[in-house]
Amino acid sequence: MNTPGLLGRRLKSGRWRGPAGFLAVALLVLAVAPATLSPFRLELLAKYLCFAIAALGIGLAWGKGGMLTLGQGVFFGLGGYAMAMHLKLAEAGPGELPDFMVWSGVEELPLLWEPFRQPWFAVLMVVVLPGTVAALLGLLVFGRRVRGAYFAILTQALAAAFVIWLVGEQGLTGGTNGLTNFSSFFGLDLASDADRRVLYFAVAAVLGLMYLGFRHLVASRYGRLLVAVRDGEDRVRFLGYDPAVVKTVAFTLSAISAGIAGALFVPVVGIISPALLGVVPSLELVFAVAVGGRYVLAGAVLGAVLLNYAKTTFSENFADGWLYLQGALFIAVMAYAPKGVVGLVGQIRDFAATRRLGRQPAGDSSRPTRGPGDDEPARPAEAVDVEKEAVA
Amino acid sequence: MTGSTPAEPQSATNGHTDSADGGQALLAIRGLSVVFDGFRAIDGIDLTVREGELRFLIGPNGAGKTTLVDVVTGLTRPTGGSVVFAGREIVGRREHQIVRLGIGRTFQTAVVFEELTVEENVDLAASFRMRLPALLRRRKGRSDKVASVLDRAGLLDLAGQRAGVLSHGQRQWLEIAMLLAQEPRLLLLDEPVAGMSRAERERTGELLADVARDRTVLVIEHDMEFVRTYASTVTVLHEGRVLTEGDMAHVQADPQVREVYLGRSRDTRAAEPAAVGAGPNPEGAA
Repeated sequence: MNTPGLLGRRLKSGRWRGPAGFLAVALLVLAVAPATLSPFRLELLAKYLCFAIAALGIGLAWGKGGMLTLGQGVFFGLGGYAMAMHLKLAEAGPGELPDFMVWSGVEELPLLWEPFRQPWFAVLMVVVLPGTVAALLGLLVFGRRVRGAYFAILTQALAAAFVIWLVGEQGLTGGTNGLTNFSSFFGLDLASDADRRVLYFAVAAVLGLMYLGFRHLVASRYGRLLVAVRDGEDRVRFLGYDPAVVKTVAFTLSAISAGIAGALFVPVVGIISPALLGVVPSLELVFAVAVGGRYVLAGAVLGAVLLNYAKTTFSENFADGWLYLQGALFIAVMAYAPKGVVGLVGQIRDFAATRRLGRQPAGDSSRPTRGPGDDEPARPAEAVDVEKEAVA
Repeated sequence: MTGSTPAEPQSATNGHTDSADGGQALLAIRGLSVVFDGFRAIDGIDLTVREGELRFLIGPNGAGKTTLVDVVTGLTRPTGGSVVFAGREIVGRREHQIVRLGIGRTFQTAVVFEELTVEENVDLAASFRMRLPALLRRRKGRSDKVASVLDRAGLLDLAGQRAGVLSHGQRQWLEIAMLLAQEPRLLLLDEPVAGMSRAERERTGELLADVARDRTVLVIEHDMEFVRTYASTVTVLHEGRVLTEGDMAHVQADPQVREVYLGRSRDTRAAEPAAVGAGPNPEGAA
């Protein structure tokens, strides 16, 4: 029995490993990177960190909750546009119209825009808009027991529809061009390197805080419940919980994280447009989480930073090659490292251990007890599912 | 009030009312029928389980035992009839709502959350009455309830292990432990000793008898030795109907039960007339 050994090791090493890792990364992001990177590179890193904030949400919803959400671009966009609308109005000054509206012949500020003059309202909407849309959608969809591929397709369709709507409402949203040309962000001069550095720190701080918050959530009873829903939604009902509510909470939080990411993306990159929110960007985000390792929140963050870094670097050198590399990488990860980069460590250790033992353990030793290798609801659900099919 | 139910008028054919069956009926099933694609899985069952009872439900394969439990727990919608639990109509309610009323169940194939530890499995089962803000807090230590349930099910030593590594018998105990942690008024167990060794069966039986002292328990079981040892009242189902009901001696003496229970064809039945009635004949039911 290895309980005492395992527990002992936990107590000895595990307790500080998490915080130590967090501090090391924080040091890297807050001290080393600003000291060594050029303003241009630091800005790129700030962009990656924005994606990492959105990736956190995917890690929660997909990695922990089993909801493959392919439409995070919608929530990223809702947050982004809420922020961009305020910045445009602040720039235009009181009583004036944003520049793009003048160009498209709009003469009166649309009613929808009016409240975004208030900074507090815009910031509130960054959270409330994506959160409300996700909560309503979640209750509707999860309540009807839509899940798996059906849910994934639904979210993807939502992303496609959202983009079409944005493009169609030229006067309201800036159409294909989106909203761009921002010169200041809550007092920060977006043309000044020093102020942009402050912005970088702000993004890093938001990411750090959200990571800690999500970590706490995952470790709570609710976090355990979410994993239980992922692995056996039908069984959870018989524990007295409504899985629709459990899933909606996680989905809403993931939408809020995407919204915050979008809102920070706007001043960092200087634009929000439909091309950044559609099906492809949404998929890329999910893909980054898969590469990093979806079962661990740190994996999601790592994946978002790594993938976007690779994308920039690779595109700088071989303009069109990135798409192929991305595809190849995706296949490789799905086939050989379903738990992503962070899972590789454990995989290598397991592999070495099996080698050493000379494939001694029989039976289901091929299935590590640590995590499900696939995102199908694991075995527990099957028993109930079968009975259910008999009913239908 | 429970008088009007979403069930179809078929229930009217059975003129019973709750009070007609006297006393403290915890679970009252009336005129229940379930039809799957024209197959009558349950065909007009009336069944009353009183508060505090330990009831066994037996019958050959396809008799409708599991379907009955599925209806009571909300997994299956009946075609007609009513199920009243503690004065409330169950039919039409969703699974988790029924759990909240106080009905808990286990499954034929134990279903536990393999990714979570044994303790976390039990803790989740014990926490469903918590509201969301309480659930969002980190679990601190082990509650008395969880500790006592783990102890009762003999899982204390395995508390920190992932449920995925448990043996078949341990899984079934974990499921029973989760059920106990829910503290339901009515426990429905679907073949709790299937596939267990003799020693495991004995321990499970003792656990059941212990639980039945302060709870109402309904057990589906195939293992006749097990039923003989622990049953007070037995209900025999056959082809979706209640064949007979009573104590073990009464049931064993019933010629109809002898005829159908083992699922033997009429020819082989003659060869083994005492299959159910005989004493040490444990494996006969399998």
